[in-house]
Amino acid sequence: MAETHSLQDLRQQPAVAAKVFLQRDYTHGTMCQFQTKFPSELETRIDKQQFEETVRTLNNLYTEAEKLGSQSLIEGCLACLTAYTVFLCMETHYEKVLKKIAKFIQEQNDKIYAPRGLLLTDPIERGLRVIEVTIFEDRSLTR
Amino acid sequence: MSAVMITRKVRKWEKLPGKNTFCCDGRVMMARQKGVFYLTLFLIVGTCALFFAFECPYLAIHLSPTIPFFAALLFLFVIAMLLRTSFSDPGVLPRALPEEATFIEMEIEAANGNVPAGQRPPPRIRNVQINNQIVKLKYCYTCKIFRPPRASHCSICDNCVDRFDHHCPWVGNCVGKRNYRYFYLFTTSLSLLTIYIFTFDIVHVVMREYPDGLISRNRHVQRVLVCFFTLWSVVGLTGFHTYLISLNQTTNEDIKGSWSGKNRVQNPYSHKNIFKNCCEVLCGPTYPSVLDRRGLMQDDMPVSATPAAPSSSSLSSSNPVPQTTVRSHTRTHTHTEPLHTLPLKWIEAAKHRIAMTVSIGGQRGLLFSVIHVVIWMWSHLVAFLLIEQIDS
Repeated sequence: MAETHSLQDLRQQPAVAAKVFLQRDYTHGTMCQFQTKFPSELETRIDKQQFEETVRTLNNLYTEAEKLGSQSLIEGCLACLTAYTVFLCMETHYEKVLKKIAKFIQEQNDKIYAPRGLLLTDPIERGLRVIEVTIFEDRSLTR
Repeated sequence: MSAVMITRKVRKWEKLPGKNTFCCDGRVMMARQKGVFYLTLFLIVGTCALFFAFECPYLAIHLSPTIPFFAALLFLFVIAMLLRTSFSDPGVLPRALPEEATFIEMEIEAANGNVPAGQRPPPRIRNVQINNQIVKLKYCYTCKIFRPPRASHCSICDNCVDRFDHHCPWVGNCVGKRNYRYFYLFTTSLSLLTIYIFTFDIVHVVMREYPDGLISRNRHVQRVLVCFFTLWSVVGLTGFHTYLISLNQTTNEDIKGSWSGKNRVQNPYSHKNIFKNCCEVLCGPTYPSVLDRRGLMQDDMPVSATPAAPSSSSLSSSNPVPQTTVRSHTRTHTHTEPLHTLPLKWIEAAKHRIAMTVSIGGQRGLLFSVIHVVIWMWSHLVAFLLIEQIDS
Protein backbone atom coordinates (compact mmCIF):
# COMPACT_ATOMS: atom_id res chain seq x y z
CA MET A 1 0.00 0.00 0.00
CA ALA A 2 3.01 2.32 -0.07
CA GLU A 3 2.69 5.14 -2.54
CA THR A 4 5.67 7.13 -3.63
CA HIS A 5 5.50 10.59 -5.00
CA SER A 6 7.93 10.17 -7.86
CA LEU A 7 6.31 11.53 -11.01
CA GLN A 8 7.52 8.59 -13.09
CA ASP A 9 5.74 6.12 -10.86
CA LEU A 10 2.53 8.14 -10.98
CA ARG A 11 2.55 7.97 -14.72
CA GLN A 12 3.10 4.21 -14.77
CA GLN A 13 0.47 3.43 -12.11
CA PRO A 14 -2.88 2.85 -13.81
CA ALA A 15 -5.72 5.17 -12.85
CA VAL A 16 -8.46 3.86 -10.62
CA ALA A 17 -11.79 3.78 -12.38
CA ALA A 18 -13.96 2.58 -9.50
CA LYS A 19 -13.99 0.62 -6.29
CA VAL A 20 -16.48 -2.02 -5.31
CA PHE A 21 -17.02 -3.09 -1.73
CA LEU A 22 -18.31 -6.53 -0.82
CA GLN A 23 -20.12 -6.38 2.49
CA ARG A 24 -20.20 -8.87 5.31
CA ASP A 25 -22.77 -11.62 5.43
CA TYR A 26 -24.37 -11.84 8.88
CA THR A 27 -26.98 -14.52 8.28
CA HIS A 28 -25.12 -17.04 10.40
CA GLY A 29 -24.15 -14.67 13.18
CA THR A 30 -21.15 -12.51 13.84
CA MET A 31 -18.65 -14.90 12.24
CA CYS A 32 -16.52 -13.32 9.57
CA GLN A 33 -18.19 -14.18 6.26
CA PHE A 34 -18.55 -12.13 3.11
CA GLN A 35 -21.46 -11.93 0.70
CA THR A 36 -20.87 -13.97 -2.42
CA LYS A 37 -23.25 -11.84 -4.49
CA PHE A 38 -21.51 -10.90 -7.74
CA PRO A 39 -21.29 -7.10 -8.13
CA SER A 40 -22.57 -5.78 -11.45
CA GLU A 41 -19.56 -3.52 -11.98
CA LEU A 42 -17.33 -6.57 -12.43
CA GLU A 43 -19.48 -8.25 -15.08
CA THR A 44 -17.32 -7.04 -17.94
CA ARG A 45 -14.05 -7.89 -16.26
CA ILE A 46 -14.21 -11.29 -14.70
CA ASP A 47 -16.11 -14.54 -14.80
CA LYS A 48 -18.81 -14.81 -12.14
CA GLN A 49 -17.85 -18.38 -11.17
CA GLN A 50 -14.23 -17.44 -10.72
CA PHE A 51 -15.04 -14.53 -8.48
CA GLU A 52 -17.53 -16.44 -6.34
CA GLU A 53 -14.96 -19.23 -5.99
CA THR A 54 -12.45 -16.71 -4.60
CA VAL A 55 -14.93 -15.31 -2.09
CA ARG A 56 -16.07 -18.79 -1.09
CA THR A 57 -12.47 -19.88 -0.43
CA LEU A 58 -11.93 -16.75 1.65
CA ASN A 59 -15.07 -17.51 3.66
CA ASN A 60 -13.83 -21.05 4.28
CA LEU A 61 -10.49 -19.73 5.46
CA TYR A 62 -12.16 -17.35 7.90
CA THR A 63 -14.37 -20.18 9.18
CA GLU A 64 -11.23 -22.19 9.80
CA ALA A 65 -9.70 -19.29 11.73
CA GLU A 66 -12.72 -18.86 13.98
CA LYS A 67 -13.52 -22.53 14.44
CA LEU A 68 -14.36 -23.53 18.03
CA GLY A 69 -12.47 -26.78 17.87
CA SER A 70 -10.26 -28.75 20.21
CA GLN A 71 -7.20 -26.85 19.02
CA SER A 72 -8.58 -23.46 19.97
CA LEU A 73 -9.78 -24.88 23.30
CA ILE A 74 -6.33 -26.27 24.16
CA GLU A 75 -4.69 -23.06 23.04
CA GLY A 76 -7.10 -21.04 25.19
CA CYS A 77 -6.58 -23.17 28.31
CA LEU A 78 -2.81 -23.19 27.96
CA ALA A 79 -2.78 -19.44 27.47
CA CYS A 80 -5.03 -18.88 30.49
CA LEU A 81 -2.81 -21.01 32.74
CA THR A 82 0.24 -19.00 31.73
CA ALA A 83 -1.67 -15.70 32.18
CA TYR A 84 -1.51 -15.22 28.40
CA THR A 85 2.25 -14.72 28.47
CA VAL A 86 2.59 -17.64 26.06
CA PHE A 87 1.43 -15.35 23.25
CA LEU A 88 4.64 -13.39 23.58
CA CYS A 89 6.47 -16.28 21.92
CA MET A 90 3.72 -18.11 20.09
CA GLU A 91 1.44 -17.08 17.28
CA THR A 92 -2.28 -17.60 17.74
CA HIS A 93 -4.17 -19.93 15.43
CA TYR A 94 -6.10 -16.96 14.01
CA GLU A 95 -2.89 -15.14 13.12
CA LYS A 96 -1.55 -18.21 11.33
CA VAL A 97 -4.69 -18.42 9.22
CA LEU A 98 -4.54 -14.68 8.52
CA LYS A 99 -1.09 -15.21 7.03
CA LYS A 100 -2.53 -17.98 4.86
CA ILE A 101 -5.28 -15.62 3.74
CA ALA A 102 -2.79 -12.89 2.88
CA LYS A 103 -0.81 -15.36 0.77
CA PHE A 104 -3.97 -16.59 -0.94
CA ILE A 105 -5.05 -13.06 -1.86
CA GLN A 106 -1.59 -12.25 -3.16
CA GLU A 107 -1.70 -15.38 -5.30
CA GLN A 108 -5.15 -14.61 -6.64
CA ASN A 109 -4.13 -11.06 -7.45
CA ASP A 110 -1.02 -12.18 -9.33
CA LYS A 111 -2.65 -14.99 -11.27
CA ILE A 112 -6.22 -13.89 -11.92
CA TYR A 113 -7.06 -10.32 -10.98
CA ALA A 114 -4.05 -8.26 -12.01
CA PRO A 115 -4.19 -9.48 -15.65
CA ARG A 116 -7.81 -8.29 -15.73
CA GLY A 117 -7.06 -4.87 -14.25
CA LEU A 118 -8.50 -5.64 -10.82
CA LEU A 119 -7.01 -5.65 -7.35
CA LEU A 120 -8.33 -7.38 -4.26
CA THR A 121 -7.51 -5.75 -0.95
CA ASP A 122 -7.05 -7.99 2.06
CA PRO A 123 -10.12 -7.44 4.30
CA ILE A 124 -7.90 -7.14 7.39
CA GLU A 125 -6.75 -3.78 6.05
CA ARG A 126 -10.35 -2.59 6.10
CA GLY A 127 -11.12 -3.86 9.59
CA LEU A 128 -12.61 -7.17 8.33
CA ARG A 129 -15.64 -5.17 7.19
CA VAL A 130 -15.43 -5.31 3.41
CA ILE A 131 -13.53 -6.88 0.54
CA GLU A 132 -12.42 -3.93 -1.56
CA VAL A 133 -12.05 -4.58 -5.27
CA THR A 134 -10.25 -1.82 -7.14
CA ILE A 135 -11.10 -1.56 -10.84
CA PHE A 136 -8.38 0.04 -12.92
CA GLU A 137 -9.00 1.84 -16.17
CA ASP A 138 -8.94 -0.24 -19.31
CA ARG A 139 -6.28 1.75 -21.14
CA SER A 140 -3.57 0.52 -18.81
CA LEU A 141 -4.05 -3.04 -19.95
CA THR A 142 -2.31 -2.73 -23.34
CA ARG A 143 0.12 -5.65 -23.59
CA MET B 1 3.60 27.08 -5.98
CA SER B 2 6.76 25.09 -5.40
CA ALA B 3 6.08 23.43 -2.07
CA VAL B 4 8.63 20.82 -1.16
CA MET B 5 7.04 17.68 0.23
CA ILE B 6 8.91 15.84 2.89
CA THR B 7 7.75 12.27 3.19
CA ARG B 8 8.48 10.60 6.43
CA LYS B 9 7.47 7.25 7.78
CA VAL B 10 5.23 7.26 10.82
CA ARG B 11 3.55 4.51 12.75
CA LYS B 12 -0.15 4.18 12.02
CA TRP B 13 -1.18 4.74 15.64
CA GLU B 14 0.01 8.35 15.39
CA LYS B 15 -2.62 9.05 12.76
CA LEU B 16 -5.52 7.09 14.20
CA PRO B 17 -8.65 9.14 14.85
CA GLY B 18 -10.43 8.67 18.13
CA LYS B 19 -9.62 9.66 21.69
CA ASN B 20 -7.27 6.88 22.71
CA THR B 21 -3.80 7.33 24.12
CA PHE B 22 -0.95 5.09 23.04
CA CYS B 23 2.22 4.10 24.84
CA CYS B 24 5.36 2.12 24.03
CA ASP B 25 5.26 3.15 20.38
CA GLY B 26 1.75 1.87 19.82
CA ARG B 27 1.96 -1.39 21.77
CA VAL B 28 -0.28 -0.10 24.56
CA MET B 29 -3.70 1.39 23.90
CA MET B 30 -5.89 3.00 26.55
CA ALA B 31 -8.61 5.58 27.02
CA ARG B 32 -7.70 9.17 27.70
CA GLN B 33 -8.83 9.31 31.35
CA LYS B 34 -6.59 6.97 33.30
CA GLY B 35 -7.07 8.32 36.83
CA VAL B 36 -9.43 5.59 38.02
CA PHE B 37 -7.15 2.93 36.55
CA TYR B 38 -4.29 4.19 38.70
CA LEU B 39 -6.66 4.06 41.67
CA THR B 40 -7.51 0.42 40.88
CA LEU B 41 -3.83 -0.45 40.70
CA PHE B 42 -3.17 1.40 43.94
CA LEU B 43 -6.01 -0.37 45.77
CA ILE B 44 -4.98 -3.84 44.65
CA VAL B 45 -1.25 -3.38 45.14
CA GLY B 46 -1.74 -1.46 48.40
CA THR B 47 -4.06 -4.02 49.99
CA CYS B 48 -1.85 -6.91 48.95
CA ALA B 49 1.28 -5.15 50.15
CA LEU B 50 -0.30 -4.69 53.57
CA PHE B 51 -1.35 -8.35 53.59
CA PHE B 52 2.13 -9.57 52.67
CA ALA B 53 3.88 -7.22 55.07
CA PHE B 54 1.74 -7.59 58.20
CA GLU B 55 -0.05 -10.89 58.04
CA CYS B 56 1.95 -13.30 55.92
CA PRO B 57 4.93 -13.57 58.28
CA TYR B 58 2.60 -14.66 61.11
CA LEU B 59 0.55 -16.99 58.90
CA ALA B 60 3.60 -18.52 57.24
CA ILE B 61 5.09 -19.41 60.61
CA HIS B 62 1.97 -20.46 62.49
CA LEU B 63 0.00 -22.08 59.67
CA SER B 64 1.81 -22.82 56.43
CA PRO B 65 4.24 -21.12 54.01
CA THR B 66 2.02 -22.10 51.10
CA ILE B 67 -0.47 -19.42 52.13
CA PRO B 68 1.63 -16.44 51.01
CA PHE B 69 2.81 -18.48 48.02
CA PHE B 70 -0.71 -18.94 46.60
CA ALA B 71 -1.58 -15.36 47.50
CA ALA B 72 1.41 -14.21 45.45
CA LEU B 73 0.38 -16.37 42.49
CA LEU B 74 -3.16 -15.03 42.60
CA PHE B 75 -1.90 -11.48 42.94
CA LEU B 76 0.34 -11.84 39.88
CA PHE B 77 -2.51 -13.32 37.87
CA VAL B 78 -4.83 -10.46 38.85
CA ILE B 79 -2.28 -7.85 37.83
CA ALA B 80 -1.55 -9.66 34.55
CA MET B 81 -5.24 -9.78 33.67
CA LEU B 82 -5.78 -6.14 34.66
CA LEU B 83 -2.89 -4.97 32.51
CA ARG B 84 -3.97 -7.17 29.63
CA THR B 85 -7.50 -5.73 29.75
CA SER B 86 -6.30 -2.17 30.09
CA PHE B 87 -3.57 -2.19 27.50
CA SER B 88 -5.11 -4.17 24.66
CA ASP B 89 -7.25 -3.09 21.77
CA PRO B 90 -10.86 -3.89 22.77
CA GLY B 91 -11.88 -4.56 19.15
CA VAL B 92 -11.95 -1.09 17.67
CA LEU B 93 -13.35 -0.91 14.15
CA PRO B 94 -11.38 1.41 11.90
CA ARG B 95 -13.32 4.22 10.28
CA ALA B 96 -14.32 3.96 6.66
CA LEU B 97 -11.93 5.47 4.14
CA PRO B 98 -13.48 8.14 1.88
CA GLU B 99 -14.20 5.78 -1.04
CA GLU B 100 -15.96 3.26 1.17
CA ALA B 101 -17.97 6.03 2.86
CA THR B 102 -19.07 7.37 -0.54
CA PHE B 103 -19.99 3.88 -1.74
CA ILE B 104 -22.18 3.33 1.33
CA GLU B 105 -23.82 6.76 0.91
CA MET B 106 -24.67 5.91 -2.69
CA GLU B 107 -26.20 2.61 -1.59
CA ILE B 108 -28.28 4.41 1.04
CA GLU B 109 -29.53 6.97 -1.46
CA ALA B 110 -30.40 4.25 -3.92
CA ALA B 111 -32.31 2.36 -1.23
CA ASN B 112 -34.20 5.45 -0.04
CA GLY B 113 -35.31 6.48 -3.49
CA ASN B 114 -36.42 10.04 -4.11
CA VAL B 115 -37.11 11.95 -0.92
CA PRO B 116 -39.38 14.93 -1.61
CA ALA B 117 -37.77 18.26 -0.88
CA GLY B 118 -38.41 19.48 2.66
CA GLN B 119 -38.92 16.01 4.08
CA ARG B 120 -36.39 14.44 6.41
CA PRO B 121 -34.73 11.37 4.89
CA PRO B 122 -35.51 8.10 6.67
CA PRO B 123 -33.09 6.97 9.41
CA ARG B 124 -30.12 5.00 8.15
CA ILE B 125 -30.89 1.46 9.20
CA ARG B 126 -30.07 -1.80 7.49
CA ASN B 127 -32.08 -4.90 8.33
CA VAL B 128 -30.24 -8.19 8.35
CA GLN B 129 -31.46 -11.63 9.21
CA ILE B 130 -29.37 -13.41 11.78
CA ASN B 131 -30.35 -16.95 12.73
CA ASN B 132 -33.92 -16.26 11.59
CA GLN B 133 -34.29 -13.05 13.56
CA ILE B 134 -34.34 -9.58 12.08
CA VAL B 135 -31.65 -7.36 13.55
CA LYS B 136 -31.33 -3.67 12.73
CA LEU B 137 -27.86 -2.37 11.96
CA LYS B 138 -27.46 1.32 12.71
CA TYR B 139 -25.32 3.73 10.72
CA CYS B 140 -22.51 5.44 12.62
CA TYR B 141 -22.18 9.07 11.47
CA THR B 142 -18.74 9.39 13.05
CA CYS B 143 -17.16 6.28 11.60
CA LYS B 144 -19.30 6.36 8.43
CA ILE B 145 -20.08 2.67 8.53
CA PHE B 146 -23.06 0.49 9.28
CA ARG B 147 -22.13 -0.95 12.63
CA PRO B 148 -21.77 -4.72 12.62
CA PRO B 149 -24.21 -6.52 14.93
CA ARG B 150 -23.32 -6.09 18.62
CA ALA B 151 -20.93 -3.25 17.85
CA SER B 152 -21.49 0.11 19.48
CA HIS B 153 -19.85 3.50 19.41
CA CYS B 154 -18.09 4.48 22.62
CA SER B 155 -18.46 8.21 23.07
CA ILE B 156 -15.61 8.36 25.58
CA CYS B 157 -13.06 6.79 23.25
CA ASP B 158 -14.84 8.00 20.09
CA ASN B 159 -14.53 4.60 18.40
CA CYS B 160 -16.90 1.91 17.24
CA VAL B 161 -16.03 -1.22 19.21
CA ASP B 162 -17.01 -4.72 18.14
CA ARG B 163 -19.15 -6.65 20.64
CA PHE B 164 -19.12 -3.57 22.83
CA ASP B 165 -19.73 -4.45 26.47
CA HIS B 166 -19.10 -1.22 28.35
CA HIS B 167 -16.47 1.41 28.93
CA CYS B 168 -14.82 0.56 32.21
CA PRO B 169 -13.10 3.46 33.98
CA TRP B 170 -11.59 1.02 36.49
CA VAL B 171 -9.45 -0.52 33.77
CA GLY B 172 -9.17 2.70 31.79
CA ASN B 173 -10.36 1.14 28.54
CA CYS B 174 -13.43 -0.13 26.70
CA VAL B 175 -14.37 -3.77 27.20
CA GLY B 176 -15.19 -5.37 23.87
CA LYS B 177 -14.73 -8.49 21.82
CA ARG B 178 -10.97 -8.77 22.19
CA ASN B 179 -10.55 -8.12 25.88
CA TYR B 180 -13.82 -9.28 27.43
CA ARG B 181 -12.42 -12.62 28.57
CA TYR B 182 -9.43 -10.89 30.21
CA PHE B 183 -11.83 -8.52 31.96
CA TYR B 184 -13.91 -11.47 33.20
CA LEU B 185 -10.81 -13.32 34.38
CA PHE B 186 -9.68 -10.14 36.11
CA THR B 187 -12.93 -9.76 38.09
CA THR B 188 -13.04 -13.48 38.90
CA SER B 189 -9.45 -13.68 40.07
CA LEU B 190 -9.83 -10.42 41.99
CA SER B 191 -12.88 -11.91 43.75
CA LEU B 192 -10.85 -14.98 44.64
CA LEU B 193 -7.95 -12.84 45.85
CA THR B 194 -10.24 -10.67 47.98
CA ILE B 195 -11.95 -13.74 49.47
CA TYR B 196 -8.53 -15.29 50.14
CA ILE B 197 -7.21 -12.18 51.90
CA PHE B 198 -10.49 -11.71 53.77
CA THR B 199 -10.48 -15.30 55.02
CA PHE B 200 -6.91 -15.16 56.25
CA ASP B 201 -7.53 -11.74 57.76
CA ILE B 202 -10.25 -13.26 59.91
CA VAL B 203 -8.09 -16.28 60.73
CA HIS B 204 -5.33 -13.93 61.79
CA VAL B 205 -7.66 -11.83 63.93
CA VAL B 206 -9.02 -14.93 65.62
CA MET B 207 -5.66 -16.60 66.16
CA ARG B 208 -3.57 -13.71 67.28
CA GLU B 209 -3.35 -12.31 70.75
CA TYR B 210 -2.98 -8.58 70.97
CA PRO B 211 -0.41 -7.39 73.51
CA ASP B 212 -1.23 -3.76 72.56
CA GLY B 213 -4.80 -4.31 73.58
CA LEU B 214 -7.84 -2.82 71.93
CA ILE B 215 -6.14 -0.35 69.54
CA SER B 216 -4.38 -2.77 67.18
CA ARG B 217 -7.32 -5.18 67.34
CA ASN B 218 -9.64 -2.40 66.16
CA ARG B 219 -7.29 -1.59 63.32
CA HIS B 220 -7.43 -5.20 62.28
CA VAL B 221 -11.20 -5.31 62.44
CA GLN B 222 -11.22 -2.14 60.33
CA ARG B 223 -9.24 -3.91 57.62
CA VAL B 224 -11.58 -6.90 57.78
CA LEU B 225 -14.59 -4.64 57.30
CA VAL B 226 -12.94 -2.90 54.36
CA CYS B 227 -12.20 -6.24 52.71
CA PHE B 228 -15.78 -7.31 53.33
CA PHE B 229 -17.28 -4.36 51.48
CA THR B 230 -14.83 -4.58 48.59
CA LEU B 231 -15.57 -8.28 48.36
CA TRP B 232 -19.28 -7.75 47.82
CA SER B 233 -18.69 -5.21 45.05
CA VAL B 234 -16.24 -7.35 43.10
CA VAL B 235 -18.05 -10.65 43.69
CA GLY B 236 -21.30 -8.96 42.66
CA LEU B 237 -19.75 -7.73 39.45
CA THR B 238 -18.30 -11.18 38.71
CA GLY B 239 -21.72 -12.74 39.31
CA PHE B 240 -23.35 -10.23 36.94
CA HIS B 241 -20.87 -10.99 34.17
CA THR B 242 -21.21 -14.75 34.72
CA TYR B 243 -24.95 -14.28 34.20
CA LEU B 244 -24.32 -12.31 31.01
CA ILE B 245 -21.87 -14.87 29.65
CA SER B 246 -24.26 -17.75 30.29
CA LEU B 247 -26.86 -15.92 28.18
CA ASN B 248 -24.32 -14.66 25.62
CA GLN B 249 -25.31 -11.04 26.19
CA THR B 250 -23.29 -7.88 26.56
CA THR B 251 -23.73 -5.29 29.33
CA ASN B 252 -24.76 -2.80 26.63
CA GLU B 253 -27.55 -5.10 25.39
CA ASP B 254 -28.67 -5.82 28.95
CA ILE B 255 -28.89 -2.13 29.88
CA LYS B 256 -30.77 -1.25 26.71
CA GLY B 257 -33.06 -4.26 27.08
CA SER B 258 -32.35 -5.36 23.52
CA TRP B 259 -33.42 -8.96 24.00
CA SER B 260 -35.94 -8.68 26.84
CA GLY B 261 -39.62 -8.10 26.59
CA LYS B 262 -42.28 -10.05 24.75
CA ASN B 263 -42.42 -8.06 21.54
CA ARG B 264 -38.71 -7.83 21.15
CA VAL B 265 -36.42 -10.05 19.17
CA GLN B 266 -34.97 -13.00 21.08
CA ASN B 267 -31.19 -13.05 21.40
CA PRO B 268 -30.03 -14.50 18.05
CA TYR B 269 -26.47 -15.04 19.26
CA SER B 270 -27.29 -17.35 22.16
CA HIS B 271 -26.75 -21.06 21.58
CA LYS B 272 -29.60 -21.73 24.04
CA ASN B 273 -27.11 -23.81 26.02
CA ILE B 274 -25.23 -22.32 28.97
CA PHE B 275 -22.13 -24.45 28.42
CA LYS B 276 -21.91 -23.55 24.72
CA ASN B 277 -22.37 -19.86 25.48
CA CYS B 278 -19.61 -19.93 28.08
CA CYS B 279 -17.34 -21.82 25.71
CA GLU B 280 -17.86 -19.33 22.94
CA VAL B 281 -17.13 -16.31 25.09
CA LEU B 282 -14.30 -17.67 27.22
CA CYS B 283 -12.67 -20.30 25.04
CA GLY B 284 -13.27 -18.80 21.63
CA PRO B 285 -10.53 -17.85 19.21
CA THR B 286 -8.23 -14.95 20.10
CA TYR B 287 -9.31 -12.31 17.64
CA PRO B 288 -6.54 -10.21 16.13
CA SER B 289 -6.50 -6.45 16.25
CA VAL B 290 -7.54 -4.96 12.93
CA LEU B 291 -5.98 -1.62 13.75
CA ASP B 292 -2.36 -2.37 12.84
CA ARG B 293 -1.11 0.26 15.26
CA ARG B 294 2.56 -0.38 14.63
CA GLY B 295 2.41 -0.53 10.84
CA LEU B 296 4.29 2.14 8.95
CA MET B 297 2.70 4.66 6.67
CA GLN B 298 3.83 7.65 4.65
CA ASP B 299 3.13 11.04 6.06
CA ASP B 300 3.47 13.98 3.69
CA MET B 301 4.50 17.18 5.30
CA PRO B 302 4.62 20.19 3.03
CA VAL B 303 7.57 22.43 3.80
CA SER B 304 6.95 25.86 2.32
CA ALA B 305 6.25 29.49 3.24
CA THR B 306 2.46 29.10 2.86
CA PRO B 307 1.16 27.41 5.98
CA ALA B 308 -2.30 26.39 4.72
CA ALA B 309 -1.52 23.29 2.69
CA PRO B 310 -3.49 20.42 4.22
CA SER B 311 -2.03 17.06 3.35
CA SER B 312 -4.46 14.21 3.08
CA SER B 313 -2.69 11.75 5.31
CA SER B 314 -2.00 14.02 8.26
CA LEU B 315 -4.21 15.80 10.73
CA SER B 316 -7.76 15.26 11.61
CA SER B 317 -8.95 17.38 14.45
CA SER B 318 -9.25 14.53 16.88
CA ASN B 319 -5.75 13.12 16.39
CA PRO B 320 -4.04 11.88 19.50
CA VAL B 321 -0.90 13.72 20.50
CA PRO B 322 2.24 11.57 20.05
CA GLN B 323 2.78 9.66 23.20
CA THR B 324 6.23 10.83 24.20
CA THR B 325 4.92 14.13 25.42
CA VAL B 326 1.61 13.17 26.97
CA ARG B 327 1.24 12.56 30.60
CA SER B 328 -2.49 12.59 31.31
CA HIS B 329 -3.98 14.10 34.43
CA THR B 330 -4.34 11.65 37.23
CA ARG B 331 -7.10 12.40 39.64
CA THR B 332 -5.24 11.89 42.86
CA HIS B 333 -7.62 12.09 45.73
CA THR B 334 -4.97 11.02 48.19
CA HIS B 335 -2.15 12.71 50.05
CA THR B 336 -1.89 15.94 48.10
CA GLU B 337 -5.29 17.36 49.10
CA PRO B 338 -6.64 18.27 52.51
CA LEU B 339 -8.88 15.45 53.66
CA HIS B 340 -11.88 17.59 54.49
CA THR B 341 -12.36 18.59 50.81
CA LEU B 342 -12.46 14.97 49.67
CA PRO B 343 -16.19 14.33 50.28
CA LEU B 344 -17.12 17.37 48.14
CA LYS B 345 -14.88 16.21 45.32
CA TRP B 346 -16.36 12.74 45.53
CA ILE B 347 -19.90 14.09 45.29
CA GLU B 348 -19.03 16.18 42.24
CA ALA B 349 -17.27 13.30 40.56
CA ALA B 350 -20.14 10.95 41.47
CA LYS B 351 -22.66 13.33 39.85
CA HIS B 352 -20.56 13.47 36.71
CA ARG B 353 -20.25 9.70 36.70
CA ILE B 354 -24.02 9.19 37.01
CA ALA B 355 -24.67 11.70 34.21
CA MET B 356 -22.18 9.93 31.96
CA THR B 357 -23.54 6.44 32.59
CA VAL B 358 -27.17 7.51 32.25
CA SER B 359 -26.45 9.27 28.98
CA ILE B 360 -24.98 6.06 27.64
CA GLY B 361 -27.42 3.57 29.14
CA GLY B 362 -30.73 5.36 29.36
CA GLN B 363 -33.19 4.73 32.15
CA ARG B 364 -32.02 1.26 33.08
CA GLY B 365 -28.58 2.71 33.19
CA LEU B 366 -29.66 4.75 36.21
CA LEU B 367 -29.79 1.67 38.42
CA PHE B 368 -26.53 0.46 36.96
CA SER B 369 -24.91 3.80 37.55
CA VAL B 370 -26.13 3.97 41.15
CA ILE B 371 -24.54 0.58 41.83
CA HIS B 372 -21.44 1.74 40.00
CA VAL B 373 -21.21 4.90 42.12
CA VAL B 374 -21.77 3.00 45.35
CA ILE B 375 -18.94 0.60 44.48
CA TRP B 376 -16.81 3.55 43.53
CA MET B 377 -17.51 5.37 46.81
CA TRP B 378 -16.71 2.25 48.81
CA SER B 379 -13.40 1.98 47.04
CA HIS B 380 -12.61 5.56 47.93
CA LEU B 381 -13.49 4.69 51.52
CA VAL B 382 -11.11 1.74 51.30
CA ALA B 383 -8.35 3.98 50.03
CA PHE B 384 -9.09 6.53 52.73
CA LEU B 385 -8.97 3.95 55.50
CA LEU B 386 -5.83 2.32 54.18
CA ILE B 387 -4.04 5.65 54.07
CA GLU B 388 -5.18 6.42 57.58
CA GLN B 389 -3.68 3.11 58.68
CA ILE B 390 -0.38 3.86 57.01
CA ASP B 391 -0.27 7.34 58.50
CA SER B 392 -1.26 6.39 62.04
